[in-house]
Amino acid sequence: MARAVTTRRKTLTTLAAWGIALLIFFPILWMILTSFKTEQDAVLSPPVWFWFDWTTENYVTVMDRANYFRFFMNSVIIAIGSTALGLLIAIPAAWSMAFVPGAKTKDLLMWMLSTKMMPGVAVLVPIYLIFIKLKLLDTHFGLIIVIMLINLPIIIWMLYTYFKEIPGEILEAARMDGATLRSEILYVLLPMAIPGIASTVLLNIILAWNEAFWTITLTTVDAAPLTKFISSFSSPQGLFYAKLSAASTMAIAPILIMGWFSQKQLVRGLTFGAVK
Amino acid sequence: MKPTFSALLGATGLCALSTGAFAETLTIATVNNGDMIRMQGLTADFNAKYPDIELEWVTLEENVLRQNVTTDIATQGGQYDVLTIGTYEVPIWGKQGWLASLNDLPAEWDIDDLLPAIRGGLTVDDNLYAAPFYGESSMVMYRTDLMAAAGLEMPEAPTWGFIRQAAEAMTDKDNEIYGICLRGKAGWGENMAFLTAMSNSFGARWFDMDWNPQFDGEAWATTLDFYLDLMNNFGPPGASNNGFNENLTLFQQGKCGMWIDATVAASFVTGADSTVADKVGFALAPDNGLGRRGNWLWAWSLAIPASTDSMDAAKAFVAWATSKEYTALVAANEGWANVPPGTRTSLYANPEYQAVPFAQMTLDSINSADPTNPTVDPVPYVGVQFVAIPEFQGIGTSVGQEFSAALAGQKSAADALAAAQTLTVQAMTDAGYIQ
Amino acid sequence: MSTQASRSAARVMLSPAVISLLIWMIVPLVLTLWFSFQRYNLLYPDRAGFVGFYNYTTFVASPDFIQAIINTLLLVAGVLLITVIGGILLALLIDQPIWGQGYVRILVIAPFFIMPPVAALVWKNMFMNPTNGLFAEAFKALGLTPFDFLGDAPLISIIIIVAWQWLPFATLILLTALQSLSSEEIEAAEMDGAPAHKRFWFIILPHLSRAITVVILIQTIFLLGVLVEILVTTNGGPGTASTTLTFLVYKQSILNSDVGKAAAGGVVAVILANIVAVFLMRAIGKNLDA
Repeated sequence: MARAVTTRRKTLTTLAAWGIALLIFFPILWMILTSFKTEQDAVLSPPVWFWFDWTTENYVTVMDRANYFRFFMNSVIIAIGSTALGLLIAIPAAWSMAFVPGAKTKDLLMWMLSTKMMPGVAVLVPIYLIFIKLKLLDTHFGLIIVIMLINLPIIIWMLYTYFKEIPGEILEAARMDGATLRSEILYVLLPMAIPGIASTVLLNIILAWNEAFWTITLTTVDAAPLTKFISSFSSPQGLFYAKLSAASTMAIAPILIMGWFSQKQLVRGLTFGAVK
Repeated sequence: MKPTFSALLGATGLCALSTGAFAETLTIATVNNGDMIRMQGLTADFNAKYPDIELEWVTLEENVLRQNVTTDIATQGGQYDVLTIGTYEVPIWGKQGWLASLNDLPAEWDIDDLLPAIRGGLTVDDNLYAAPFYGESSMVMYRTDLMAAAGLEMPEAPTWGFIRQAAEAMTDKDNEIYGICLRGKAGWGENMAFLTAMSNSFGARWFDMDWNPQFDGEAWATTLDFYLDLMNNFGPPGASNNGFNENLTLFQQGKCGMWIDATVAASFVTGADSTVADKVGFALAPDNGLGRRGNWLWAWSLAIPASTDSMDAAKAFVAWATSKEYTALVAANEGWANVPPGTRTSLYANPEYQAVPFAQMTLDSINSADPTNPTVDPVPYVGVQFVAIPEFQGIGTSVGQEFSAALAGQKSAADALAAAQTLTVQAMTDAGYIQ
Repeated sequence: MSTQASRSAARVMLSPAVISLLIWMIVPLVLTLWFSFQRYNLLYPDRAGFVGFYNYTTFVASPDFIQAIINTLLLVAGVLLITVIGGILLALLIDQPIWGQGYVRILVIAPFFIMPPVAALVWKNMFMNPTNGLFAEAFKALGLTPFDFLGDAPLISIIIIVAWQWLPFATLILLTALQSLSSEEIEAAEMDGAPAHKRFWFIILPHLSRAITVVILIQTIFLLGVLVEILVTTNGGPGTASTTLTFLVYKQSILNSDVGKAAAGGVVAVILANIVAVFLMRAIGKNLDA
């Protein structure tokens, strides 16, 4: 009975929640609105909210100036490629850390996380030189490797915390029945960990999509993703708020839409072992 | 995982196929300024003349461009065939042997037609290492209506004293009109470009003939005090974050009485996006009675890395983009006011271009800048608003941060100058200029 | 049942991850260490040579260094404070029965999907700009002088932007944790007549402690590397008011083209980051024992 909620209270909390949610979302909304304004309307004071001459002219200009589709495809390839490769390496690692833990397992995990703390700019020139030697500059493969390595510790950690929640006895039972290690992982472990894997995949696609240092530095044309697309609109001469907003909207729309559609899967697994 | 990977390979394969139609591809790194975007829009004309050469544009914001291009050329990465760089980089990179000499561009390209000041800045040991795409100096742009309302008349060659007086008279903060807009954002190419040029007219210099930094001298103190006084009293709020772009936006919205900045801004403030297009006047950059004006000299130029595999195609492109024909092409498409300015004598001899309101002022400003002898006292360096040594990017930006801190009110002018002096001495000692 | 066979299998299966991360860490680290003892500037490769600890001493002795460390800590602490407290409050609110909970969650998540350059550009130009930003318009509408966010409070402004990006992440993790709290526990407490604030302090907060640990740990890793947001908005300034350690390394590496000093800065940053990590693990690591 104590949890029964009065309509009055529900109305109030609803209003509060919606108010805060809209506040948080507002910068994005404002950016999208601005992308449909003319440059003059975009800097009008006081600002115009909805009642302006809606125009798609900015999108036309942006499409005209840059091959959006190529940038978009590159972002997709890099995001999916690095996540796929990362899973391939992370699943066995997480399996052994979760089910055959040693004394050093936790230290190993921490060490992996600490590789993320090296500031990228400090190693820019060494990495660039290596990329020249291996002919990896401006290739999907090179970028997939780098982005995969940057996110690998997070993937391993997420999977590890998932696998740990799966009772080892089930795997052992499968092994008793004569399953090989490969089929044990493929047919017993992975199906049980689907929610965790789904959410790991989604998180990594988001992180890879939004990585904005290496993707800008190590690419020129063939492998250049949307982060680079943005930097060709970020501060040109003249009024640019509306065009920048249009380009930004185009750069974030795919990932935003993907995120919204899959948010249930993302949220369900986004615990890093924080929920017992 | 298998389907994902084959889809992935398929997608890459498609990309490779779609670019395979041309015999040769040029990768051109350029900055996202209006004139370059226009050039990108005219790719079709180049392709009509050179059907075998495909142009691949990498158009980036200035800072990102500089970072990518510098890393690549210094490590011989070979990612680009044509680079857009400025008067600062060309002599340094040319000396390193990183750029191809352009002395052998075809005769009809007419090297002797280039403005001497611009050509000089791009030449090292008689080799032209970059072809100027557009050149600029700086000048005063002002609102004729506000000036008239203030009962003042802008002389063709104003003094700093007059600028202060006019800024005071035009400022009307209640209506968001600020007498003067100047650069304040930290950066060697942002506030330091303006302040270094301005300091020349106050008789200041970066280094004496023995490379000793001069920020502890009287001339810099006067420069900075004058600048801070001007900006604190008559400038817009948040000026410490305003660069070229922010000021351009403010001016176009009618919020600035005067703006001293690049001559290329003229076509923007009189252009379609501007709310004050028909109320803009131009004047030479101010002086202080010492025989030097506070105007700079810059040319965005096209250079070819010495290591490119497509030397002939790259030269064909550079010659096309910086030719007289290209100018005529832009004029035919978008009018004479929009052609890339400031590179050729013939352009300023053209009666049609002379009709453009800012043409003569631009030419006079460019011609009055002298990179080898920028200020009152002799200097050991080349460059009006910069010092053409590799260390300047770092030093200039650090000093720029000190001055923008002074503008934001976080530091006194004296403290900022003292800090600038200390860090410049340190950097110059590190680099071996000061023994 | 942990037989010899499965142990060796475990080692084999762990090895791709460990080896690739080792390479990723060791190769650049060795190169970085090597360069950090060299005078190596991209713009004059001819002046290269061994300089001992010179790069380290000048990097650490520069007047910006201490300021950069303070700024880095302030940035990390500020963002953590906002996102953890804000995240708890927001999670508690969204967890209440409300209409359109799914939509609210969609709106709240959104900033997490925005790439850092876009977030920084939008905030800088369209909100914090003192003449054309919406905040300035709001100030004007209230008859106040617009506040110059990026000029007068650069670090706080950056903290706001970064916190906006990370608030959804914190909220989501905390919300998931909150939802796993059985309602019987709460109801039992309510029956006992425990007031709301006591229920929060003694039941909800302890239950969330693991989630809070995770949020702090993961965000710290990402926050120590924040660069794009600073680059786009303030360029480390005015002065050095928003220069962090990462930005200082950027300045050496990109603006000065000084590979040697950037490498030394990188090594220093890694050492400091690991000190922070050890410190963090000591303080909250016990929460992670699963």
